[in-house]
Amino acid sequence: MKFRSKSFVFIFKEFKHVLRDRRSLFFLMAQPVMMMLLFGFALSNEVKESNIAVIDQSNDLETIKLIDRFEQSKYFHVAERLTNTNEIDRLFRQGRIRLAIIIHSNFANNLNHLNQGQIQIIADGSDPNTASIATSYLSAILRDYQNELLGDKKLPYSIAVETRMLYNPQLKSAFNFVPGVMTLILMLLGAMMTSVSIVREKEQGSMELLLASPINPIRVVISKAIPYLLLAFLNVVIILFIAVFVLNVPIQGSVFLLLMSSLLFISTTLSLGLFISSVTEQQQVAMFISLIGLLMPALVFSGFMFPIENMPKIMQIISNIVPTRWYYAIVRAIMIKGLGLSSIWKECLILAGMTFFFMTLAIKKFKPRLQ
Amino acid sequence: MRPSAFYIMRTILEKEFRQIFRNPTILRMIIVMPIFQLILIPLAADYEIKNINITIVDQDHSSYSRQLLHKIDASKYFIVRTLMPDFEHALNNVEQNVSDLILTIPNHFEQQLIRENKATLQVSADGVNGTKAGLGSAYLSMIINDFNREIRESLVQLPRRSDFPQVEIYSSLWYNPFVRYPLFMVPGILALLVTMVGALMCSLNIVHEKEIGTMEQLNVTPMKKYQFILGKLIPFWILGLLTITLGLVAGFLVYHIVSIGSLWTIYLFSAVYLFAALGVGLLLSTLVDNQLQATLFSFFIMMFFVMMGGLYTPLESMPHWAQILADGNPVSYFIRVLRAIIIKGSTLGDLWKDMRAMIIIAIVLNSLAILNYRKRMG
Repeated sequence: MKFRSKSFVFIFKEFKHVLRDRRSLFFLMAQPVMMMLLFGFALSNEVKESNIAVIDQSNDLETIKLIDRFEQSKYFHVAERLTNTNEIDRLFRQGRIRLAIIIHSNFANNLNHLNQGQIQIIADGSDPNTASIATSYLSAILRDYQNELLGDKKLPYSIAVETRMLYNPQLKSAFNFVPGVMTLILMLLGAMMTSVSIVREKEQGSMELLLASPINPIRVVISKAIPYLLLAFLNVVIILFIAVFVLNVPIQGSVFLLLMSSLLFISTTLSLGLFISSVTEQQQVAMFISLIGLLMPALVFSGFMFPIENMPKIMQIISNIVPTRWYYAIVRAIMIKGLGLSSIWKECLILAGMTFFFMTLAIKKFKPRLQ
Repeated sequence: MRPSAFYIMRTILEKEFRQIFRNPTILRMIIVMPIFQLILIPLAADYEIKNINITIVDQDHSSYSRQLLHKIDASKYFIVRTLMPDFEHALNNVEQNVSDLILTIPNHFEQQLIRENKATLQVSADGVNGTKAGLGSAYLSMIINDFNREIRESLVQLPRRSDFPQVEIYSSLWYNPFVRYPLFMVPGILALLVTMVGALMCSLNIVHEKEIGTMEQLNVTPMKKYQFILGKLIPFWILGLLTITLGLVAGFLVYHIVSIGSLWTIYLFSAVYLFAALGVGLLLSTLVDNQLQATLFSFFIMMFFVMMGGLYTPLESMPHWAQILADGNPVSYFIRVLRAIIIKGSTLGDLWKDMRAMIIIAIVLNSLAILNYRKRMG
C-alpha cells in the first residue's frame, strides 16, 4: 500500500514539472489545434489553377472557344499566350507554367473538313505526378469538347462507365489529411516530449537521484510518461473535435474504439521516447533523433502521402517497423470507413508489441545505472 | 586597450568551432543522418501511381468480360488482386486495404452492348486517398475506352476517314521523359534536411548556452551582439554548405542525378538561403527559454516547412490565404530553386525573383532576431 502511494508521489511530481513550464504546456496544447486548422484547410491533393501557356497557331473562332474552355475550368489558368515554341523552355525554367498547349495551324479547318484536329501538350516533367494529373484533366476537357462536336451523332456500341467514390464521395482531401496529420502530431509529440524532458533530468543530474530512490526504476520511468500520456490523450480529443466540427470529417465508426486505439498508440510513442532517452545523454541529441530522425520516416512510411504498395520490397519491409503506418491504418479504418475491431485487431496487436518492446529496452537500459 | 574587432571575431569563431567539434555525437548526427535519409527516403517516397490493386466482379462471364479482364491485367497500372462473385465480397477487400478499385461487370453486359447499342460498367474507388482513387479510375476509364474502340471496330466497319470529328492529343513530358520520381524528390528532400539541420542545431546551440548559464558570461565580455550572432551563424553556415555538398554527391552516387544547371548557381542560392534558414533558428532561440520549448516550437515550424513547402503537394492547389503564408516560407523557395536548377537547368536570370525573396526573408528574420536579443538582454 505504501509502495503504491509512493508512485503517486512520483507521478504528482512529474505533473508539477510539466505544469510549471507554462510556455511548453501552451505549445503542447495549442500546436495540434493550429496544425489541424492550418493543414486541414490548406492541404489538398487536387491539382488546380495550374498556369498554362497556349500557342495558338490556328487562331480562329473555334480555337478561341477552345482556349476559353481551358480558362473557364477551375483547373487551369491561361497565363501566357505565345507565338513561338522556343519560348516554352524559358517559361518552364522560370517555373511560370506547368503545361504548354500547342494548337496546330488549320486546327478548325482540319477538324471541320477532315474530321481530324491535332493538339500537342507539353508538360513540365520536373514534377511528374502533377504534370500527368494536369495532362489528364486537359485531355478530359478536350474529350468533352469532342463529345459536344459529335452532338446527336452517337457512336455505336458505347460502353458507359459509372464511377463512384466510396467513403469520400466528394474526394475531400481532409479525409486523407486528418488521419495523417493526427498520426504525425501524436507520434512526434509523444516521442519528443518524453525523450527531451527525461534527458534534461539526466543532464541536470536529477535522474541519478530519482533512480537511487527506493522506488523500483520501472515505476520511476513509467511515472515520467504518465503526465504526457494524459496530455497527448487530451490532444486526441481536441484533434477529433476539430476534425468533426470544424473540418467536417465525421467519425463513421465507434468513437470509443478510436479513443482506445489512440491511447494504445500514445503508449507506443511514449515508450519510444523513453527508449530514446535511455540511450542518449544530451538534450540536443535526443531532440535530433526524435525530431529530424523521426519526422521524415514517420511521414513517408505512414502510407498517408505515399502508398506503401508502391515502394520497393525492402522499403515495404522497413515500413513495418514504423508505428505510424499501423496507427494511420487504424484511424482510417475506424474514422473514415467505419470498420470495427475485427478489422484492426492485427494493427493493435502490433502496436502493443512495439510498446512492450521499447518499454522493456528502456527499463533494461535504466536499471544498471543503479548498480 | 580594447581588442580589435577582428581579434574578437576570430576568438569567437574558435570557441564555436571547438564546441561543435568537441562533441562528436552531434557532429556525426548532423552529417550522417541527413545523408542517410536522403538516400533512403526517395526510394520510398515514390508518388507515381502504379500498382493499383483492383478487384473485379464479373457477373457476366461472357467472352467480352473476359477480354476486358485480360486487357486490365495486361496493363502496367493494375494488379488484378481477386475476382469476386459479388460486390459485397469485393467491398470487403477495399475495407481491408487489399484493393483500391472495384470494377463490376453486370449480368448480360455483352448482350446489352450488342442488342441495345450501349451498356454500363460500374467502377467504385476507395475515396480516402483521393489521388489514387482519381488517377486509378481515370486509367481504368482509359482502358475501357480502348476496349470499347476495339469492339466497335470489330463490329462495324468504320470508314477510313472518320465521320466523327476527332481531336488527337499528343502529350510529352519534358526534362524527365522517363518519369523518374527521385529526380523530383531528391532536391526537395535535400532542401528540407539542410533547413532542419541548420535551423535546429543553430537554435539548440544558443538555447543550450542560455540553459547552462554561459550566455550570461558571454554577455559581459566586450563582444558586440552582431559578433555573437555572426559567431553562431558562420559555423552552421559552413556545415550547411557541407551538407549540401554531401547531399549532391549522394544524389549522384545513388540516384545518378547530375545537375543540368551550373553548380555555382546551386551554391550561390544555397549560400543566401542558409542565412534565411539559420535566421529561423536564431529567431526561434530568442523566443524560448529552454530546449524543451525549442523542440516543441521547432516541431511546429518543421511541420509547416514540410507540409506547406511544396514538397509533395503543389502550392497553387492551396487556398489563397495559405499561398500567402507559403510565400513567407523560405523552404518553398529553396525547394523550387533546387529543383529548377538541377532538373531544368534554370539560371540565376530565370530565378532572380526567388533570389530577391530569399534575400528579403533572410534580412527580415535576422534583423528580427537581433532586435529581439537586444530587448531581452538590455
